[in-house]
Formats: sequence, C-alpha cells, structure tokens
Amino acid sequence: MTRIERITAWSAWAVAVAAVIFLMTPLVVTVAVSFGSSSVFTLPPPEWSMRWYERLPRTTGLLPSVMTSLQIAALSTLIALVLGAMCAIALVRGRFHGREAIATFLVSPLMLPGLVIGIAMLQAFREMGLRDAWTSLLIAHVVIAMPYVVRTVLGALSLFDFSLVDAARTLGCSYPRALRKVMVPALAPAFLTSGMFALLASMDNYPISIFFTDAWTKTLPIQMLQYVEESPDPAIAAISAGLILLAVIALMIGDRLVGLRRLADF
Amino acid sequence: MTSSSIGRREPFDRVALLAVPAVAYLAIIYALPLVWLLARSVIGPKGFTLEPLADFFSDPFNWRVIANTLKIAGLVTLVCLVIGYPTAFVLAWARGPAQIVLLAAIFLPLSVGVVVKAFAWQIVLRRDGILASGLMQLGLTSEPLRLLFTESGLVLGAANVFLPFMILPIYSVVKLLDSRLNDVGATLGADPLYRFRHITLPLTLPGVVTGTAFVFSLSVSMFVIPSLLIGDRYQTLATLIGRSFLMMRNEQLGSTTATVLLVLAVSVVMTAAWIARRVGRSA
Repeated sequence: MTRIERITAWSAWAVAVAAVIFLMTPLVVTVAVSFGSSSVFTLPPPEWSMRWYERLPRTTGLLPSVMTSLQIAALSTLIALVLGAMCAIALVRGRFHGREAIATFLVSPLMLPGLVIGIAMLQAFREMGLRDAWTSLLIAHVVIAMPYVVRTVLGALSLFDFSLVDAARTLGCSYPRALRKVMVPALAPAFLTSGMFALLASMDNYPISIFFTDAWTKTLPIQMLQYVEESPDPAIAAISAGLILLAVIALMIGDRLVGLRRLADF
Repeated sequence: MTSSSIGRREPFDRVALLAVPAVAYLAIIYALPLVWLLARSVIGPKGFTLEPLADFFSDPFNWRVIANTLKIAGLVTLVCLVIGYPTAFVLAWARGPAQIVLLAAIFLPLSVGVVVKAFAWQIVLRRDGILASGLMQLGLTSEPLRLLFTESGLVLGAANVFLPFMILPIYSVVKLLDSRLNDVGATLGADPLYRFRHITLPLTLPGVVTGTAFVFSLSVSMFVIPSLLIGDRYQTLATLIGRSFLMMRNEQLGSTTATVLLVLAVSVVMTAAWIARRVGRSA
C-alpha cells in the first residue's frame, strides 16, 4: 500500500465513523431526553427520571392512536403479503410479457411523493362515496405496504429452486405437502422480513394518512406530530423511545432470520 | 426457460392470473386516482384548459417555492453523497464487529419513524441544544448558533434521515468490485488518482446514480421534516401542498401544486433510470 492509499483508507474510515455518530445522534438524543427530569430538553439531563414514562398512560389520545396504528399496520401488511406474494409467484414462474413493468409498477408507490398519492386517493375515495376514516386508512395503507412485500419476496423467489418441489413430489410428497415442507421454510424469512418492513412503513406513514384521519381516528405519527406542535415536552421523547425499542427488536429478529448483511442487499 | 417455449409464440400462461389481484388493486386505488389528479389539472368545466397551471407559473411566489425545493434537495443529496460514498466503501471493507456497528447504524435509523427523527433534530438544533453549545465549547462560534428554522438545519436533518438510501445502493456495487482490477492498474503503473478515475469511479457510478436519485426524489417530496425543522415561513412544493389542503382549504392550488411535484418526481426517477442504463452500458 502506498502512502496515498493509506491516507485515503484512513480518511474513508474517519468519514464512516462520523457517519455512524451522525446516524445514531437522533436516536441517542431521544432516549437520553426521555429519561431526563428536565422539561426543556437539557442535555445531558440534570437528573435521570421516569416521570415522562409515568405520564404516558394519562396522555389523551395516545392509546387510541397506538391501537389504530397497530390495527391498520397489521391488517394492511397481511393483505399486502397475500396479494404481493401471489403476484411475485406469477412474476417469477409465469411466462408472459410485461413482467418487468408490473414489478416496477408495484414498487412505484415507494418512489412517488406520499402527499401527492394521498391527495389523489382522497379525491378518488370521496368520488366513490367512501368517507369512513378507518376503512380509508386500511385501503390506502395496503398501497404503502405492497412495495416492501413485492421487492423482498420477488428477490427470495427468484433465488428459490423450484425443482426442489418436484424432487419432494418424486420422493412421495403430495403437492400441498411438498409446498409446505420445501417452499414455506425457504421463503419464510423473506415473508417475515418484508412483513416487518411493511409494518414499520405503515406505522410510520404520515403524508398519506394525514388525509384520512378525523377527530376520532388518528394514527400514531399524526397524533405525535400534533403533540409536537401543541405541547413539545419529553413525553413525546418517551413515546419515541418506545418506537426505537420496537425498531431494535424488529432489527434483531431480522438479523436472526436473514442476517443484517443480507438486509443490506438493496 | 423450458426448451419448448423458445422460438414459438407463447400460449397464455395461467400463472399470470395470480398477478391480477395485486395489479388490479393498485390500478384502482393508486394509479387511476393519480391519472385523474393529473387530468383534473388540465381539464376544467369547459374542457381542456391550461389555466390552473398557467396561474400557478405566473405567480413569482411559486417559482420561489420550486427554487427552494430544488435547492434543498440538491444540498441534501450533495451532503449524503459526500458522507455516503466513503462510508459505503468502509461498509464493504469492514469485517466483524465494525461491520455490525455500521450495519446497525444504517438499519436502526431506517426502522425508526421520520416523526421521531425530525423531533430529535428539533432538540439537537435548538439554540440551547447540544450542537450549538458543542460548537461554542469548541470555540468555533462565539455565541449560540441559530440552527433550528434555518436552511442549514433543514439540510442537516434531512441528510441524516436519507443517508442510508445513499449508502446502501453504493455499497451494493462496491462489494462487487474486483480488487484485482486495482492491482492490475497498479502493476501497469497507474497512480492511485488515475486508478480511481478510470477503474473505481466508473464501476461504482451505477450505485451513485441510484443513490442520488433515491435521495433527491425523497428530499423533493419530504413533508414532515421541513414542517418541523424550518416552519411555515419557508415553503417547498410538498409543504405548500400540505398547507393548501390542510390549512387554507384551497384544493385547486393544492391539486395544481401536487401535479407539478408529481411531474418533477417522475422526471427525476426516469432521468436516473435513463442515466443508469447509459452508465451501465459504457462501464
């Protein structure tokens, strides 16, 4: 290694270390603030305390919004998994034109501005006479979840060797049993990770959900932004810390199932 | 592919039917509404009209909004590229615990909601926040720097949220780099700068294009981050859409702005795809 190469490598490592600190800053700050006693976000906090966590159960509107978010996220992910997996099988196994185009189409909601999608849906739902907030949210969130499912399941399916199913049948398995014994275990990690990311995306969505909430039906991000605008205090940091914990758990599950390295295969 | 299907016109494949529910769902719930939104901005009560769009573009304020949007998105993309490019290399080089730390630092923030992160940046960027007081303790500024509700604060916060979308696509091409190419170049007497420009850079360019397109289109469309980090006085296309729908109840302006933003976002994605294809061919 020449001197220039060594210097380049060292500077790249320095940038990477800075990037790690930069990326972790908001999470560390949030958790630190949530355990502080001060109500004005002093860092480091003068004293550690649990007061903001103790206040959470009494925060108006928090529990209903968490429940709404969980219901919408779980149901929309489930619907997206079923529709998305069927479609992924068609795209991998089928021999027809436009498969590439269909895949791009199903992933495209990820690349377009959420607000624009939200407005377009709002106007369409109104025209169809759909006014119920909860139903509208569910229908809209399937579109949010779909890209994550299609992308991951498509990737896993195209790596799956379908002749294994035939092999199992040759060895005496019935077709459903062959699918259950061979295909399901091979694809389960892809299903779980894509489901997890779809769930997180739905739980986190703001720009589409904002058009379908009313006074009674709010998702968690909408409710949180309302708290931030009305009374910014560390109770929001406590809610955030809970969500960060959720993300840590999700990531650990993802690591166990497919490994962090494979998650990075974009 | 089975040999029988080659060279013959393929009969209808029944497996294709499995794709129908998902495609139909997205077509009805997502694609048609978008097309309708586009159509409405050029179809008035008396047929085809460009009046709403002409109105929009005749207002200098809206040009400022477009300029703000592009400027912020450009700066965010630049910051992400400068930090993300070297970091992607390190991610590919790293082994063991270093790699795990890097991967965790990329994926953990990616799994945490944007409202959470934007709120955290509000705390960091406050006049009495850790960044302002840290800079003062280092002696870089003599008085607490105002960062919240400034362009710099917004760029910093947005770059933080979108950085993983720059690192990951670049990483996916860097890890495929054959290090022997570099050695061959060195053996043939090429200096490191020459080797970077003629070997490493061209081979990693597809990842750079994808990452840039990702970050740019995300920054053009972001709504929560500017709402929390810069406020109402500074409008981008997305915040203008939000404001006209949610506060001013001016749906006409909102729809027209949405059309402009949609066209902008789609052209970014398509341009990137076009560049990526050209880069891919020449590399």
